[in-house]
Amino acid sequence: MRMRAFALRTMKEIARDKLTIFFGLGFPLIVLALLSIIQSNIPVSLFKIEKLAPGVAVFGLSFIALFSGLLIARDRCTAFLMRLLASPMTAFDYIAGYLLPLLPIALLQGAVCLLAAWVWGLRPSLNTLACLGALLPAGALYAGIGMMCGSVFNDRQVGSLCGALLTNLSAWLSGIWFDVSLLGGAFNAVARVLPFMNAVEAARAAQAGDWAALPQPLLILCAWALAALGGAVALFKRSTGRN
Amino acid sequence: MNAIDIQSITKRYGDTLAVDRLTLTVPEGGLFALLGVNGAGKSTLIHMLCGLTKPTSGDALLLGKSVAREAAAVHALVGVSPQETAVAPNLTALENLELMAGAYGLRDAKRRADEIIAAFRLGEVEKKPARTLSGGWQRRLSIAMALVSDPKILFLDEPTLGLDVIARRELWAHIRRVKEKATVILTTHYLEEAESLADRVGVMAHGRLVAVGAPAELIEMSGAASFEDAFIALAGEGVDLS
Repeated sequence: MRMRAFALRTMKEIARDKLTIFFGLGFPLIVLALLSIIQSNIPVSLFKIEKLAPGVAVFGLSFIALFSGLLIARDRCTAFLMRLLASPMTAFDYIAGYLLPLLPIALLQGAVCLLAAWVWGLRPSLNTLACLGALLPAGALYAGIGMMCGSVFNDRQVGSLCGALLTNLSAWLSGIWFDVSLLGGAFNAVARVLPFMNAVEAARAAQAGDWAALPQPLLILCAWALAALGGAVALFKRSTGRN
Repeated sequence: MNAIDIQSITKRYGDTLAVDRLTLTVPEGGLFALLGVNGAGKSTLIHMLCGLTKPTSGDALLLGKSVAREAAAVHALVGVSPQETAVAPNLTALENLELMAGAYGLRDAKRRADEIIAAFRLGEVEKKPARTLSGGWQRRLSIAMALVSDPKILFLDEPTLGLDVIARRELWAHIRRVKEKATVILTTHYLEEAESLADRVGVMAHGRLVAVGAPAELIEMSGAASFEDAFIALAGEGVDLS
């Protein structure tokens, strides 16, 4: 009950923030539309809608880190969290209350992006549901990264880290906008170990129904998501003194 | 039973001694004001009593529950209105109250929130997002949120800071009603507030409790002409203000 009340608050705080709606829902759609228009004039294999749409959906999820990080940092930096910490809420109530609402938000973001891609020529298919499933661990990954940042940094620092650095990092290392192998072996090797490219490849494989190509990137992504969530729990507990 | 029984509680941050072997009892009911200059240790003491900070040594019992060993039980007994206005900005006033009712595990959160809305006359702003409310309304909401759980002990940390005189007097009236039902611990820098509301006052300096008594007793104890002079004599410890 306590967790439910707190999760509902998290959901409302995020959903009522206009910047969230713009960056979470609007911005990926603008990117999708612009690149689709470019693609219709100058065809590039990377920007074919069946590759582009899952990539943009993953890119949109990177803003989940910004939403969760800002919310937690603001709660920490104001007396609001102090008020809640003096209540009988447990560490589990806080962590689940922050994290769980982010997963349906991630699913909604992904669904809006993939449905919009139908307009730009993505073939309607049940694979879209599988693609949404593959986006879920990416949502958890970004939620975990945001929670880690929010537990350590203030809201201005979170804005820089998650709003600028992380979105750039995940864009550069994801293979959404260009073929990462073009930048050389070392860059490619690093990108393959990190979760961003694996998130995009898992989403693309699911959307294409290429089930043989799905397990490896999905497993790597899930491992990173679990690590991020574990780190988030540890840092949040440390920052609030809750065990 | 005493509402609060503090037993030689100490809090040390590195080399800094924030609270030094402080012992105090506060009986149930009424309002106890904790006064002291900035850095006297009031906030650290309140944090320890709310179970937010663990004592370095010593303990405090809140209605028999130890803050050092039974923090969860202590959390169920207390309500806190922090110094800063602590509201969820994108939630309405009503939703903020429902959130706090939920945080304390109250089954009928909506009904309890409605009761508090009526008691604090928040009806005209109940559907407005908290971020759009004036400072006075936000402060009133912040205190109302601390009362949703019907706490046995309520901590008010500078509740009227920054309010105009009308809003302050209105809040005083609320606080007087609250102290009929709960034990209220108030910290404030407004000495007239403490003198007007408190049944007993404790004065802290350098992490220690230097005097306790009713406002009139403190005036008599210090030999001062007014409560403000008494506070300066007790908390200033020989500071030359001439």
